[in-house]
Amino acid sequence: MKMSFVLIEAWNGVRRNISMVVSVILVTLVSLTFVGSAALLQLQIGNMKSYWYDKAQVAVYLCTQYSTLGACDQQEASADQIAAVQAQLDSDTLTPYIDKWYFESHDDAYKNFTKQFKGSPVVDLVTPDLLPQTFWVNLKDPTQSALIFEALGGMSGVESVIDQRSYLDGIFSMLNAASLTAVGLAVLMLVAAALLIATTIRLSAFSRRRELAIMRLVGASNWFIQTPFIVEGVVAATIGSVLACGAIAGIVVFFVDGFLASALPTTSFITLADIWIVFPGLLFAGAVLAATSAYVAISRYLRV
Amino acid sequence: MIRFDGVSKVYKSGNRPALHDATLEVKPGEFVFLVGASGSGKSSFLRLILREERSSTGIIHVLGQDLGRLSNRKVPSYRRNLGVVFQDFRLLPTKTVFDNVAFALRVLGQSEAYIYDAVPEVLGLVGLGNKENRLPHELSGGEQQRVAIARAVVNKPAILLADEPTGNLDPATSAGIMDVLRNINAAGTTVLMATHDTAIVNDMKRRVVELSDGRIVRDEAGGQYQTRANPIFVDDSFPTRADSQPIAIEPIDFDPIPAFDPMTPTSEAVDLSYLDRLEEDPL
Repeated sequence: MKMSFVLIEAWNGVRRNISMVVSVILVTLVSLTFVGSAALLQLQIGNMKSYWYDKAQVAVYLCTQYSTLGACDQQEASADQIAAVQAQLDSDTLTPYIDKWYFESHDDAYKNFTKQFKGSPVVDLVTPDLLPQTFWVNLKDPTQSALIFEALGGMSGVESVIDQRSYLDGIFSMLNAASLTAVGLAVLMLVAAALLIATTIRLSAFSRRRELAIMRLVGASNWFIQTPFIVEGVVAATIGSVLACGAIAGIVVFFVDGFLASALPTTSFITLADIWIVFPGLLFAGAVLAATSAYVAISRYLRV
Repeated sequence: MIRFDGVSKVYKSGNRPALHDATLEVKPGEFVFLVGASGSGKSSFLRLILREERSSTGIIHVLGQDLGRLSNRKVPSYRRNLGVVFQDFRLLPTKTVFDNVAFALRVLGQSEAYIYDAVPEVLGLVGLGNKENRLPHELSGGEQQRVAIARAVVNKPAILLADEPTGNLDPATSAGIMDVLRNINAAGTTVLMATHDTAIVNDMKRRVVELSDGRIVRDEAGGQYQTRANPIFVDDSFPTRADSQPIAIEPIDFDPIPAFDPMTPTSEAVDLSYLDRLEEDPL
């Protein structure tokens, strides 16, 4: 019965400041949509990282007769040099880190090249002897490519050692910057939301100042006086959070899985199933934000 | 029951103390009038007892509690022992008489069964047994004050504080209110009433504590309002000039309906200072 009285008071507060409550809902919606989008972007980055990093290999390019890089001196890598590199890859020091490796000859490289650039005029300019022979190495832990650099980088007959992950890092750092921007905007919006909730609660308290004054006079506990206002703020913010969850689900279903996935079929995108984890976080964040700012706002009225 | 020991109260902005070295004891069951001109410290006195303010120096004991040591957290439960009535009634305009009185019990978490028992009883005590479902604006000023008194005493407080409860009422209505307060006092509640109303104080013949510029200048049992410290109201013995002549008064043509000026405040001045404290920015 005590709780029902609190809820009735909270409902009266919502009814009396409906426009402020709507603005709280909208600001919470927008700010939490930004927060959620940033989270989605992070999930997507993580998703792509694990997908591509697993595919990323370390390439050990061998010298060609045209190459002047590394230890090459316009000399094709000799059979001995190739055997030495192979022996290193099979040695006891490296095998624990290597998942598998394979050798790509001039002809294999040419085949792959013509397949990859089919229809491009560059194919006509390339001959097999221009393309280096390569050891492709898959590491058990893709972050440990430095081992291969150390072991093979200086060997004679080796032109260069390239970790394909270095190409991916540029893309990922761009995506990271985008998600940080979203987080920055979200923080600004959250500050605005907190201030707006505080103002709404203050107005609500002002419109109920007679009740508040009487409650204080008859000795109602602070808990009893505060709770309706906190409930009011939390209800408004929770409606906003639920709408934000809906907006994010919409973005994922219609934009990511609908548009992006068909435009870029080779990339794996997050699906609705992946983002369930985000929703409880958003609801919790909205409720905590509202409860805190409502509490701070109403505490000013309760100093005795 | 209430004891002030050398209590002074200085407000931050004020240059002179609102209350100066006040020492006073009120025993259980007493009826005490607090008289004095506006600004003499009556309201500060009541606010200190309500613990809306803390004393600057001196010790205040109410119901065995040292108010200087009472933590903010314990103030609500302390106030449940006090009932308060104001000049401006302070009823909730959207609630009925019953709900206004019940509000005081609901915010304390009393059960509905208890409320439906206690509220009609207290409304009967103040003589409003048949007006439970009226709204405040449908009642006369005297009836509204009775509702306010009912709300103040429904919780059966040990002390009733009344800040000019008859200030907005005509003499006949005031007498009715005083009957109610007398009954409440007779039932054992200590009553402390600040007032300007000469006739009431003189009729009741109860203890009178007079404040002037924040000092207690008089404290007498069965006292009168009129004294030398209150010359404004002392008129019986005021010396008149022996050679005074009656003055011929010319009849004046008064405008029967005074022009309405929206910028002029109405004569029913209401103390809304408590609203100012609600208007601060929350952050």
